[in-house]
Amino acid sequence: MALLKINNLCKSFGGLSAVLNFNMEIRENELIGLIGPNGAGKTTVFNLITGVYKPDEGEIIFKGENIGGLPPYAICKKGIARTFQNIRLFNNLTVLENVKIALHKDVPYSLPAAVVRFGSFYKGEAKIEEEALKWLSLFNLDYKKDEIASNLPYGEQRRLEIARALATHPTLLILDEPAAGMNPNETLELMELIRRLRDEFGLSILLIEHDMSLVMGVCERIYVLDYGQVIAEGKPEEIRNNKRVIEAYLGEEV
Amino acid sequence: MKMLETRWGKFIIEVVALAVIFTLVQYFITAGIFNQYHQITLTSMCINIILAVSLNLINGFTGQLSLGHAGFMAVGAYVSVVLTKFMGMPFIVGIIAGCLGAALAGFVIGVPTLRLKGDYLAIATLGFGEIIRVILQNIDYVGGPAGVVGIPKLTSWGWLFAGVVVTIFVIQNLINSSYGRAIISVREDEIASEVMGVNTTNYKVLAFVVGAFFAGFAGVLYAHYFYIIKPETFNFLKSFDVLVMVVLGGLGSTTGAVIAAVFVTLLTAVLQAFPAVRMIIYALILILIMIYRPQGLMGNKELSVKILGRIWSGKDGSFEDK
Repeated sequence: MALLKINNLCKSFGGLSAVLNFNMEIRENELIGLIGPNGAGKTTVFNLITGVYKPDEGEIIFKGENIGGLPPYAICKKGIARTFQNIRLFNNLTVLENVKIALHKDVPYSLPAAVVRFGSFYKGEAKIEEEALKWLSLFNLDYKKDEIASNLPYGEQRRLEIARALATHPTLLILDEPAAGMNPNETLELMELIRRLRDEFGLSILLIEHDMSLVMGVCERIYVLDYGQVIAEGKPEEIRNNKRVIEAYLGEEV
Repeated sequence: MKMLETRWGKFIIEVVALAVIFTLVQYFITAGIFNQYHQITLTSMCINIILAVSLNLINGFTGQLSLGHAGFMAVGAYVSVVLTKFMGMPFIVGIIAGCLGAALAGFVIGVPTLRLKGDYLAIATLGFGEIIRVILQNIDYVGGPAGVVGIPKLTSWGWLFAGVVVTIFVIQNLINSSYGRAIISVREDEIASEVMGVNTTNYKVLAFVVGAFFAGFAGVLYAHYFYIIKPETFNFLKSFDVLVMVVLGGLGSTTGAVIAAVFVTLLTAVLQAFPAVRMIIYALILILIMIYRPQGLMGNKELSVKILGRIWSGKDGSFEDK
């Protein structure tokens, strides 16, 4: 059964349709790429899936349930996490606090317990701290746990954002241009990391990326979007040789 | 020394420190070392601390610019006065009802207005604060524009002290918990916060309700100290006074809010002696502080014994924000 199935999704902004009759299917443990020229509507698709925008039409079926139009926090609780194209960390907070906020949805103590400082508060905080550190060490960020997030170098900010997304325990992870601004070496490391995450956590991953080497290297299936519509779908080698794709997007052979 | 580092050790130190402060001031009052004028300043100081710390929860930690704090203070004052003066209930009933009444007002106002952001929210809360005032002006039962006179003076140093301690205790414990991190994440980046599973609307309303609750507390204490309340006391200028303290102390720092509240109260008291130039000097000092410390006295840092110790030993003397 498909983990995520999108049927005839439409979204327009004041007469301009950003996404038109968009269809997509993601199975469990799959690694999918979404590519397309600038302004093709890729990020809009992500914003629709994660509830930042409400769809005009169509359904987004996640684990057999239509989540289209739910608020973002509800969608997060169902198991979809994402990162942002322009990194959105909690800039004035520490690295550790950033991850802790992602753990808040399963907070193990009540609000009164926090205010009056019951024993459950201290136990719960210890548990949150332990789990947050576990996520940080997985991304080699634990040694920077007390740094202010905005002081991290760019690559580490990207990694922190992924760590924070994973801390919400998603089944579907959505990455919006994770390699943007990275050098080829960092991109290579990132590819390794994405594969490892998929295998270790049994995740499905959907990513937008402009770096063709990353998309072609890591994704099992690719959707190509142009003017809000899917113009091609298939394995990397099929996409590489698809005439419409080359015409619309690549311009030249890759 | 090791025992003092534990949770219980810290707790004991805090309790002892608070008991010492309480007893000392109580002694000054009973022994007559604090005269009437000192006591009025002390009362204003405590009320200002409660107002500044509670507004800081809304403006500083949650990042929602609210200008309706005086309105909540008015609700607390009037509700409690109706109970204590008109119905002859004990003070504690007045306090609880005043706080809950203000919290309810915070909820009713917060739910529709917190959809707005920034300047729009500021204007909406300003409007609501004024609506509360105008409503009070038109209720004859509480004296209309003339207000209520002859309120029993029930606010003692004990109640003031309890008010300050409870306000700081509750707000600090709230902020230093997972719920507090959720509240701060709303200020930092609302979209990211929402995508990370935080129901941002709920937390904004929570901060608003808790803030209003303690503003109501301040209102109760005010009414039962100064003998008279009228709607005009709680106009938007009062809200601005509190906002000045919060900004001066540093948005998102409870210690900053406390220091600024103490500072502003003392400054106002000292400047009483120069009525002609009072407001000019007051404004000048505020402008100078904002020029040289635009992030407020404390930025978003908290003053703790640990930091004081570090400054003392000269290891880290800087509070500079990056």
